[in-house]
Amino acid sequence: MTGQPPGESATDSEQVEVVPQHPILVGLASSHPAARFEESITGQNVFRVAGDDLVSFVSAARDAGFNMFIDLTAVDYHRQRPEPRFDLVISLLALDANVRLRVLVGLGSDSAVAPSITGIYPGANFFEREVFDLFGITFTGHPDLTRILMPDDWEGAPLRKDYPVGSVPVQFRDTPKVQ
Amino acid sequence: MASPPGFLTSSIDAIANWARAQSSWPATFGLACCAIEMMHTGAAHNDLARFGMEVFRASPRQADLMIVAGRVSQKMAPVLRQVYDQMPEPKWVISMGACASSGGMFNNYALVQGVDQVVPVDVYVPGCPPGPQSLMHGILTLHEGIKTGEYVRT
Amino acid sequence: MVDDTTTDLTDDNISGAGGDERRRLHEVWAIGTEVPDWVTASTAEGAQLMVPREHASSADLLEEAGALVDDDRIFVEDSVEDETTILNMGPQHPSTHGVLRLQLELNGENVRRVKPVIGYLHTGMEKTAETLTYLQGPTNVTRMDYLAPFHNELCFSLATEAMLGIDIPVRAQAIRVLMTELNRVASHLTWLATQGLDLGALSIMIYGIRERELILDFFEKTTGLRMNHNYIRPGGVAADLPDGWEQDVAEILEVIPKGMADYHDLLTNNPIFLGRTQGVGVITADECLAYGITGPVLRASGVSWDLRKSQPYSGIDKYEFTVPVGENGDVYDRYLVRLEEMVQSLVIVRQVLDSMPRGDYRTEDLKVTPPPRKRIDESMEALIHHFKIFTEGFKVPPGEHYQAVESPRGELGHYLVSNGEAKPWRLHVRAPSFAAVQGLPMMMGDQLIADTIAIIASIDPVMGDVDR
Repeated sequence: MTGQPPGESATDSEQVEVVPQHPILVGLASSHPAARFEESITGQNVFRVAGDDLVSFVSAARDAGFNMFIDLTAVDYHRQRPEPRFDLVISLLALDANVRLRVLVGLGSDSAVAPSITGIYPGANFFEREVFDLFGITFTGHPDLTRILMPDDWEGAPLRKDYPVGSVPVQFRDTPKVQ
Repeated sequence: MASPPGFLTSSIDAIANWARAQSSWPATFGLACCAIEMMHTGAAHNDLARFGMEVFRASPRQADLMIVAGRVSQKMAPVLRQVYDQMPEPKWVISMGACASSGGMFNNYALVQGVDQVVPVDVYVPGCPPGPQSLMHGILTLHEGIKTGEYVRT
Repeated sequence: MVDDTTTDLTDDNISGAGGDERRRLHEVWAIGTEVPDWVTASTAEGAQLMVPREHASSADLLEEAGALVDDDRIFVEDSVEDETTILNMGPQHPSTHGVLRLQLELNGENVRRVKPVIGYLHTGMEKTAETLTYLQGPTNVTRMDYLAPFHNELCFSLATEAMLGIDIPVRAQAIRVLMTELNRVASHLTWLATQGLDLGALSIMIYGIRERELILDFFEKTTGLRMNHNYIRPGGVAADLPDGWEQDVAEILEVIPKGMADYHDLLTNNPIFLGRTQGVGVITADECLAYGITGPVLRASGVSWDLRKSQPYSGIDKYEFTVPVGENGDVYDRYLVRLEEMVQSLVIVRQVLDSMPRGDYRTEDLKVTPPPRKRIDESMEALIHHFKIFTEGFKVPPGEHYQAVESPRGELGHYLVSNGEAKPWRLHVRAPSFAAVQGLPMMMGDQLIADTIAIIASIDPVMGDVDR
């Protein structure tokens, strides 16, 4: 059974309204009505926001108690779902409340640009550079957006789905056996 | 060392090769997991010092053996070549582990598929990672080869 | 895709080549060997390098993390001391814990700015993970943080099991706790060995590895390998504990505390060690949180946060242990925190030894677990079943999940995205050392070069984790 890709709403045709349970998340949802709350299949808290709202949402999250920055990465849903092609995934953690939050931002393949959150969490610096390096997504407002893992003159974004794995043929695997 | 054969020069050759084998100083080129096993080979239970090799020189100019321990990425390949070039002759290279020998289990865009694409290798030690005994077998094989004059480039 | 807006400033000073020559290979002195044609890259790394102070605007410098800009020692007029040197440390260096490259801007011995350059061990493991089934996944992730392989495998297996929605038998969970806690001790012993070695205490290197060999012997007996085991798999563990494991673990529990008494004697009150580690590399709790630095570094800065207590996994909340917390956030506190963590891990191991439950070492869910070897000879169904699992692999329902465990370096997280197939659509690993290396400029500012070595050792980075 392929493809009900994640990042879409419930599998039934009707929109099931999922409501966050934790008070911090309820506060965030009410202050940002455009952000859609989802639960992952394992019950984790996920908010889907638009790129324009990202900075204000993350800033509000930090003020609401999400004081630790955990992770920033991207996923390429090339041909798995209609646009947007990329999902930017930001993970945050509130230490005192012991709550995790994941923020998803959809980015199209023609407009793979997102605002940088290094102004809110300086720790996003290297993570955004990695996403820039491996996916080719640009972050506006980043202090030093250069490649970080690949050599500086590398061409292409290796983790995109249309970039090949780059395996070399294994010698002798397909040669005929000697009599 | 191409010199005309003769009794005096061949016994000097033999002595020189023996000396080189018994005190080949490795340059630290530990990259990944194999580096940990290389550390273990030089430490307590598997003592590399008894073969004259506990002095891991940090500077390649003072070393004559480079043990490439770990996976070599595209970004690291020119560094590897530069360190190799900075070693004075005679020098030898041991490619330790599957990733250094052939790219290992990572047949992808990021790794050089075998360090022999970049530097000439004398001994390949298989394993992922090779245990200290395997590495020592590789080193002793190299020593035998040095003593017999097998691993010499003109 | 290189950002075209960065100015080409790094030509002359650092790499020794400028402009178009940046890509020309350095001189080759090797006799009788040819450099292959495709090696045209140089070691310069272009835009990733540090911009010399005289070419950078103050706005750029202010944006660089940890950069010291406002300092009279730098900008005093007509002084010979207003010149700084850019020194390159690594990537081939005995004390950078792998292939980490640090560019230090120095005023004499004093560090003004630090810029780490990483990526020298980038192995494309996240891309490789998309080509391997879930059963093969642990072989790949275990090589990321190669000093704590069980933790990588555990995180991946927990993520897969969460998405599958299956439960793991209690014996398997206890075995997982046993192996990961022993791994924590082994990893901290390596940290201790390298920390001592970097500071000049050469005997600590031998002692640390001597104790570690004992643990690695046990790992080899149980899993077949000393490192990179592929033992903890989705569904449980690969094989049951061998006969006589209780004696082996009891011996470990006896020998290692004696070794630890040695380390305390040698280091903890040693004035040289104290002088080199106290007050060095301080990072505050707020900076740790902002940078996402977790693990012993965070705890040494005073924040009591350990995932084994706050968000427990694999039944670890059944065991009693304490979490050590430091005060000052310097290298010495991290040393004390890690030593105490070793003691506490042995406390957990003792409890697991005393209370190991009986039962299966892997789940009976046939979708995930291959049948026992004997059954394959007897039953056609078992044979087909085995075949399907090892060739095609089992399918995981579509969705995404983030799983975190407390590795010896901090929060290790796996973000797994599945599209319903037998191979992950995306695996992202949140590496604790990646965030820690990012925090290095904050810790190294206004310290001496010798302190930089102590600081790198104290955050215990593993470059396989950083670069993946």
